[in-house]
Amino acid sequence: MNTWPLWEVFVRSKRGLSHVHVGSLHAPDAELALRNARDVYTRRQEGVSLWVVPSSEIVASDPGERETFFDPADDKVYRHPTFYSVPDGVEHL
Amino acid sequence: MNTPPSSSSPPLRSSDEQLVGDPVRAPLFGYVLGLADDALVSAQRMSWWISRAPELEEDLALANIGLDQLGQARALLSYAGEVEGAGRTEDDLAYLRDDREFRNVWLVERPQTDFGVAMARLLVFSTWQCELYAALASSTDATLAGIAGKAVKEVAYHRDHARLWTLRLGDGTTESHDRMQAALEGEWPHVEELFAPVEGALVDPQSLRSAVLSRVEEVIVEATLSVPQVSPAIGGGRRGLHTEHLGHLLAEMQHLHRSHPGVTW
Repeated sequence: MNTWPLWEVFVRSKRGLSHVHVGSLHAPDAELALRNARDVYTRRQEGVSLWVVPSSEIVASDPGERETFFDPADDKVYRHPTFYSVPDGVEHL
Repeated sequence: MNTPPSSSSPPLRSSDEQLVGDPVRAPLFGYVLGLADDALVSAQRMSWWISRAPELEEDLALANIGLDQLGQARALLSYAGEVEGAGRTEDDLAYLRDDREFRNVWLVERPQTDFGVAMARLLVFSTWQCELYAALASSTDATLAGIAGKAVKEVAYHRDHARLWTLRLGDGTTESHDRMQAALEGEWPHVEELFAPVEGALVDPQSLRSAVLSRVEEVIVEATLSVPQVSPAIGGGRRGLHTEHLGHLLAEMQHLHRSHPGVTW
């Protein structure tokens, strides 16, 4: 019955922030996907900008490869910039 | 119902005297009431689609559109009650009038249980509302200008929604094309009533005609459909004359309030 393709929706909640993935929806084409995203995900003033991406275009990492992909970062503490102090009033760092 | 706010207000008449046989006590009241009823009845028809749209996403879109229209109706009804000066609230006007006291056009009151019909009607209605609210937004009546200024952005989105579906259905499959064309043929006889003269009008309905028709026809042509060549229906909604369908719509819409007067959520 449902032949509409799936789209992933990203919302920018305000200027200066990044678009964040909020969910997915069905739509027959890009133009309507954007409008459906507006109606499904920004009814309560959640955003100032929207992106929609065909789900089929997203290349995802394989959950089975999680260990080889992510575990090696576990003990590389020197990669975290935690040795710097952040001045007061700096947000979103 | 509330009592009149002060002794200088005209006495409150019994409900079956209100409006019946008295086209417009104050011309502005009748005019605002007509616009309010257009939005209210359209919202009620749109709500039929909730849970019945072809997809969840479209369900939400149509619900949003219906709720926008309901919001416009509430603001306009409240203002109409204020203009009338008889102490009637938006609820009194929405729930305690019979069909002969409603002033909406026929376009919005007939059932729309086919998606193509719903989109054809929304295309016409929202394009008309777009032009109307844009003109009212700069009218001399500050309240009406305020309501219209807010609503014009909403109806522009409704129009866009109807336009996109008309394009897709008109220029889609043979079946969707034929059904969209049939929908337009069914709605077209009721287009002219939108432009009929209204006493107390702050925007001359006739002045909107060419802009509305050319914007709608532009979409029809782009959708590979043809502009219907049909005679206008008689209409008469602005004088309280309605199709049989409005009574059924009101029975459903008013049932709860009439069974439990003053009920709140």
